[in-house]
Amino acid sequence: MMPELGQLALALAFCLSVLVAVFGLAGAQLGRMRWMAALDSLVLGKFIFVAFAFVILTHAFLTDDFSVAYVANNSNSLLPWYYKMSAVWGAHEGSFLLLVLIMAGWTLAVALRSGELPRTFSARVLGVMGLLNIGFLAFLIFTSNPFDRLAPMTPADGADLNPLLQDFGLIVHPPMLYMGYVGFSVSFAFALAALLSRRLDSSWARWSRPWSNVAWAFLTLGIVLGSWWAYYELGWGGWWFWDPVENASFMPWLAGTALIHSLAVTEKRGTFKSWTLLLAITTFSLSLLGAFIVRSGVLTSVHAFAVDPTRGMFILAFLLVVVGGSLALYATRASVIASRVRYGFWSREAFLLINNIIFVVAMAFVLLGTLYPLAYEAVTGGDKISVGVPYFNAGFVPLMLLLAVALGALPVLQWKGTPPGRLWRDLRWMALASVTLGVGLPLLLTGALAWQACVALVVGFWILGTHLRDLWQRGRRGLGRVPLAYWGMFAAHGGFAVALFGIALTSVLSVEKDLRMVPGQTEQVVGIAITFDGVAPRQGVNFVADRGTFLIEENGHRYALHPEKRRYLAREMVMTEAAIDAGFLRDVYVSLGEPLGDGAWAVRLQVKPFVRWIWLGGLLMTLGGIIAVADARYRRLRRRAAAPAGAGAAA
Amino acid sequence: MHPVRRNRLFAVLFLVAGAAATAALVLVALNENINLFYPPDQVVGGDAPLNTRIRAGGMVEDGSVSRIGDGLTVQFVLTDHQGSSFPVRYTGILPDLFREGQGILVLGELQEDGVFSAREVLAKHDETYMPPELAGMKTSGAGR
Repeated sequence: MMPELGQLALALAFCLSVLVAVFGLAGAQLGRMRWMAALDSLVLGKFIFVAFAFVILTHAFLTDDFSVAYVANNSNSLLPWYYKMSAVWGAHEGSFLLLVLIMAGWTLAVALRSGELPRTFSARVLGVMGLLNIGFLAFLIFTSNPFDRLAPMTPADGADLNPLLQDFGLIVHPPMLYMGYVGFSVSFAFALAALLSRRLDSSWARWSRPWSNVAWAFLTLGIVLGSWWAYYELGWGGWWFWDPVENASFMPWLAGTALIHSLAVTEKRGTFKSWTLLLAITTFSLSLLGAFIVRSGVLTSVHAFAVDPTRGMFILAFLLVVVGGSLALYATRASVIASRVRYGFWSREAFLLINNIIFVVAMAFVLLGTLYPLAYEAVTGGDKISVGVPYFNAGFVPLMLLLAVALGALPVLQWKGTPPGRLWRDLRWMALASVTLGVGLPLLLTGALAWQACVALVVGFWILGTHLRDLWQRGRRGLGRVPLAYWGMFAAHGGFAVALFGIALTSVLSVEKDLRMVPGQTEQVVGIAITFDGVAPRQGVNFVADRGTFLIEENGHRYALHPEKRRYLAREMVMTEAAIDAGFLRDVYVSLGEPLGDGAWAVRLQVKPFVRWIWLGGLLMTLGGIIAVADARYRRLRRRAAAPAGAGAAA
Repeated sequence: MHPVRRNRLFAVLFLVAGAAATAALVLVALNENINLFYPPDQVVGGDAPLNTRIRAGGMVEDGSVSRIGDGLTVQFVLTDHQGSSFPVRYTGILPDLFREGQGILVLGELQEDGVFSAREVLAKHDETYMPPELAGMKTSGAGR
């Protein structure tokens, strides 16, 4: 009975979404206060029903209810309880249910936190989100029902969760990523509500900013976790592959990064207005495009969701409606926007515009590379191609370096314009110092020069230097008086520099050796002695493993690493479990290939300097996004809202 | 011409020129880095270019995997189970899901002697998943 209740809950949530959309949009249009007043409880009800369905599916996993097809395909009685719980979002149907739950959660959060907004405006925001909810829930109910039964052919045991997904990374990566994906639906809804209300001053940007920042922070965290997970779990030490599904999460991130910067200009200076609206629409559309790429199976990817054409067609149709509808609205309404704000080239506005252009170009570049195989196949009538990694690197690396150069100048720039003489006076020593450090450090430490690493180091030091100088100047009046929003920016920009260091250094300095090793053999990898001590069998909960032992001697320090080759019993699937000695300055990474007979094994030995800095930088960016939202300005905003009514109408 | 208009004209011309140059560079980069896919019958039939970076794919023929020497070089046969098959040589560590009967993709060059020299071997992370390139192929021999 339970799974049917779950299905019923989803159907009820769907009906409530329809009510939210109608009451929100029509209520605001017709000025019906009672319709709009009902929205909060409708949104709450919808969230409760979706959460109820989610709990029921989780319950089916925990109690091994293999009569439910989704559970039977993705779980097994031998699975530990925490993987049974995370298996709920281990495949298509359940992960989409999680997506819908998170969407309902964001909608509820908007309803609870929109007290300071004019009632008609927040009603339109909720109405737009209700419309999106209708689409998502219809997709779930009609094409991807997680509660489908296998009756009467109930299997005795489940087919098991894909062993790659039996990992901490899978527990945390999808929820964070979805928080980001769906979070941008809030920015989207604010943009559409602004267009519908013809309220195109800077106030909607102020309201939308904290939401967009939080969504961006979650998406950043989700991507970082995904990269880290691929690094240690896929077993071969790569951390980014330009795979279509990675690109699917990266494109909204690029557009979203442009959006949060553009929102800042719109809020503070009242310019870039129509551009910001367009970015908000673009960012969420790219999130939907990502869903299409991942769940339709049209592109070759390592991320395997089973292919189902109806699902692809549904999302494509939904995507067209959302993009077409919002762009049509934009086209009819945005033309009334006129901003008369002037600024010179050496101004914050101009440099934030440069930021936006670079991010949008980078996004378009990735989009082209990702979708080109589809276009090629359509045009040539079936010829299949793939776009190689060099394409992505060739465009992306120079763009990011250019961005870094512009970013370093930002702290000195003022709104409207800065005298070039002052720029020169403030920045010349920083420029000299960063070039000296960027070229000198590698020469001093390694005695060699790799120009790619030098360029990245120079621009990294350039960012850190100019930002630290600015913080020092502000801090002289007391660090406590520096606003949180500034700290957020500082952390995020510093994180960008740290990630830049990590990417450049690990790309240039990593050493990788594939070789055949027999027990007792010692191999030197950049001064680290790695001795293969043999392989012994080991029994795990739901797998058997060959467990290797490698003795490492590094600068007089000795330790052992134990990579494994596991065979998971339920699916007869073999998996490499790499052994990593993680460090701030370097990772030692050992993985077992296959047995070659006579006790010999194929082995991959890697030393990856500074690889952790990539994710450390991403975490700093996440932190920056969160800190900025905690700024006192937004708390004031809410306090003002608690004051007598009528304040919101004056704008 | 009005100075404001003239400035605008220059700005627009500058933008158009910049966009055109960027687009040209991007298309060159794209064309240099696309890898065409060839199924086994085209590899065998001579449609695939020699010594050019391409992708090919098929099912790993049962019993065809063998090691050459005592190093990491391995040779196997990819087939479409419809009469076309070609040998692949690869030096390195094979992915976990590489096994006989599995559909895989290889990236590398076809040599004059008909052997495909692979730089990368791609097997997917889920055994029920089939790359779209191999969608039309039979997954096993006709006898079974």
